[in-house]
Amino acid sequence: MADLFRPYRGKMPEKILEDIKENLPPKCSTAKVKKILGAVYQEYNRSLSQPGESVGLVGAESIGEPGTQMTLNTFHFAGVSELNVTTGLPRLIEILDGRKNINTKMMEIYLKKPYSKGKDLKKIAERMKETKLEVFLDEISINIANLQMIILLNKKKLKNADLKEDKVAKILAKSFKGFKFKLQKDESLLVTSSSKDPALNEIYKLKEKIKGTFISGIKGVTQVLPIKGGEEYIIVTAGTNLKEMLKQEYIDITRTVSNDLFEIQALFGVEAARQVIINEVLKVLDAQGINIDIRHIMLVADAMSMSGKVMGINRYGIVKEKPSVLARASFETPIKHIINAALTGEVDYLNSVIENVMMNQLVPVGTGLPGLVTKVK
Amino acid sequence: MTDVFLDNKFVGTVKNPEDFIERIISERRMGKLPITLNAHYNNNTDEVRIEICGGRSVRPLIVVNDGKSLLTEKHIQQLEKNEITWSDLVKQGVIDYLDSGEEENAFVAFTEEELIGEHTHLEVSPLGIVGLTTALVPFGNYNHGVRLSQGSKNQKQAIGFYIANFFNRMDMDVNLLHYPQYPVVDTLMHRTLDYDKHPSGQNIVVAVMSYQGYNMEDSIVLNKGSVDRGMGRSTYYRPAISEELRYSGGLIDEVSVPDKEVKGYRSEYDYRFLEDDGIIYPEAVVQEGDVIIGKTSPPRFLSSLDEYNLTTSSRRESSMALKHGERGVVDFVTLTENSEGNRLVQVRLRSQRTPEIGDKFTSRHGQKGVISILVPEEDIPFTASGIRPDIIFSPHGIPSRMTMAHMIELLAGKTGALSGRRVNGTIFDSENEDDLRKELLGMGFMENGTETMYNGITGERYKAKIYIGNMYYLKLKHMVANKIHSRARGPIQLLTRQPTEGRANEGGLRLGEMEKDTFIAHGTALLLKERFDSDKTIVPVCEECGLIAIYDDRRETSFCPICGEKAEVSNIEISYAFKLILDELKSLTVYPKMKLEGKY
Repeated sequence: MADLFRPYRGKMPEKILEDIKENLPPKCSTAKVKKILGAVYQEYNRSLSQPGESVGLVGAESIGEPGTQMTLNTFHFAGVSELNVTTGLPRLIEILDGRKNINTKMMEIYLKKPYSKGKDLKKIAERMKETKLEVFLDEISINIANLQMIILLNKKKLKNADLKEDKVAKILAKSFKGFKFKLQKDESLLVTSSSKDPALNEIYKLKEKIKGTFISGIKGVTQVLPIKGGEEYIIVTAGTNLKEMLKQEYIDITRTVSNDLFEIQALFGVEAARQVIINEVLKVLDAQGINIDIRHIMLVADAMSMSGKVMGINRYGIVKEKPSVLARASFETPIKHIINAALTGEVDYLNSVIENVMMNQLVPVGTGLPGLVTKVK
Repeated sequence: MTDVFLDNKFVGTVKNPEDFIERIISERRMGKLPITLNAHYNNNTDEVRIEICGGRSVRPLIVVNDGKSLLTEKHIQQLEKNEITWSDLVKQGVIDYLDSGEEENAFVAFTEEELIGEHTHLEVSPLGIVGLTTALVPFGNYNHGVRLSQGSKNQKQAIGFYIANFFNRMDMDVNLLHYPQYPVVDTLMHRTLDYDKHPSGQNIVVAVMSYQGYNMEDSIVLNKGSVDRGMGRSTYYRPAISEELRYSGGLIDEVSVPDKEVKGYRSEYDYRFLEDDGIIYPEAVVQEGDVIIGKTSPPRFLSSLDEYNLTTSSRRESSMALKHGERGVVDFVTLTENSEGNRLVQVRLRSQRTPEIGDKFTSRHGQKGVISILVPEEDIPFTASGIRPDIIFSPHGIPSRMTMAHMIELLAGKTGALSGRRVNGTIFDSENEDDLRKELLGMGFMENGTETMYNGITGERYKAKIYIGNMYYLKLKHMVANKIHSRARGPIQLLTRQPTEGRANEGGLRLGEMEKDTFIAHGTALLLKERFDSDKTIVPVCEECGLIAIYDDRRETSFCPICGEKAEVSNIEISYAFKLILDELKSLTVYPKMKLEGKY
């Protein structure tokens, strides 16, 4: 069998050959395998772009034209927790610009076996959510005479989050040094200043500050929404913290993703970020009912991640990397580029398309690409 | 306590806002307060707002008390006898003018029949809820709202009889319809506006059918016979104005036939229509390039004149001539003075516009279309009684647009034309469609407005019955004659050497950035280069310094002004725009050095 494949090694990507191997029917005659390989090789060659084909421009037009038809900027998740998701053109711009701070950071969390069937789903979801002391509070009262503050916590809510009063006291003591947090018999927390002459002012300030203390959950996850995706349950979150999330034991690490390119890049590297670009763009286009050949999007993602880190398609990103001065100047901020080129004595070899259009010379694309091998004397 | 605001300024508080408002309004109705004063109570914000400032639009409504209209039969009789007027009704408190605020507190009945106890006001007429032009759409209440507003927008562009003293006027861009008619299907608004004094359309016969595919996609087929008989014919008037300007030093423009010595003298042929006073004579048939008003101006710079210039001061030619593509007949010439006391010459040009392919027509329902063909009358389908339609309108324009009024007008127009009367199509208050159908049946026609028709070319009877009737059609002011434009070679801009822009300058049609991209995407590099050849130039470049050299035409050699005669100079072919950018870079003190290489 391996002999049949050998002649195609190096002529086709290894992945295709493996795919063929895997998908061959169990009992397949040698002649048939040969035929299949031949047909696949032919199809592979047919799908290759020819030299001089402007794949980039065709890709840009293929994405740009349906892009003009996109409508509706946000879409709302049905349910109590209102999750507004940026989609449509704004999201597309966000991805392709390579924005560091995207409008709605989200994670899609896949769960391990027993949980993915819905076990403890609500509990798990609830515990992911970043929870501040505010949520557990029943009451905060200040005793002016004794310069004390008494915090009453809601038992039911504590129990839901699998917390006890003493643990809350510990967390608070850790984050607010200079105050003592004592658990009283009636399970309220007594807060006193540990300085020698406590001021009422300090306690007052603490009262507001203390409400925002992070108590439990995963930092950055502001909203959670368990939804049923096909056979299993997944959890969609607003706000991301993939690093922390992957530490949770009930999570399927292999499938859980974030929509933040740079978070993915930091955790898994550019290749993963490239795939996220493709997935996210496809997600936007699918939602709009727009069908674009994936290879156009792959090309864009390749261009964005080519340098080893994700760069946006703008004058700070991939356009900056263009070798031609005139090409850069014809995009944005021409004066900046020309002045800098003059200062450093840059040379433009006129190798690309746009410079030659400017000078009305033959563009090195399509029929303009081939040249003579021999020198004419 | 409720806050009270007068023209958005806080003025005090009241205990019972409803009673307070009621009192203000009753005082107003008694005439103690101005009629333009409006007051309303907003119970969401708990505020009373009284407005008397300008800038609010108000509209009249009949006051209703206990479910009874204050406008009684007696009032109407008095009005008919001219004993009282509208302003008397306002004074008596029968009519209120409500602004948008007070309207929020009002409960307005649409018709008198539906009045109940809670109503506070009654519409004067159901017509009052739409604007002027919208009220001109017959059976408007049967139309889709969008079409209604489109139809009323179209009416504003219609060519008609806009003013009676047009002959004495010098208006810009005037179109006059030759045989304007009052619509057979009219509305109350037409009568109120004296539409018969300035109509803007014609009653024509419309058949709803397709005609050999010539009326696809909103195009319409016109009967050539109808056009020859004067349908849709109009005249276009355009004035040319020239003024004898005064300059410093007592110099003045002079309207006269320019002397041959004048700078910029055209040619004798161009001035052939001018009479001795330098102005064209009426009824001259002129076309592009012909001078209408001959004029010369004093030389531009006075100072450097006398000493060296031996020739007598040469005046400049500044005549007014017809621009590219213009043609017509001189209609009228006026000589006047303007407010500064300068002599003013005005020449009005006229040209007749017979309907041609590309002219725009519309019914009153936003069903606009463009003429796609003028069919000889003998080829137009005809009915059993020999009627040939003036326009053949495509039925595909109906379902998606849902302009039911268009269909009803056709039927009503047919009934009206056959019985010799006007049909009332006022919005919400029109004649009953069923009655119109019965009337049509009574005159021996099909109740549904259709008729048996015969193919004009073969004479065969059509299997389908054709919906045919009369409609009021408008000719819109967009005509091909004013828009047609083409260019092969032509004028270029001085700075960039690229073709000029726009129809008036005989300009080119720009092949823009995105169009350029399509060439690249197709890989047609040579075609792209050829398309962008409009400003190509051959520039000598010094191979030593890489800057643009100079070509000496007398010696037929090129030399570099920097490196001297010895430096080698080669010619390159680039776009002039690129040469320009190199010059601009040089002016920015950036040195754009070109290194030349062999082409192969």
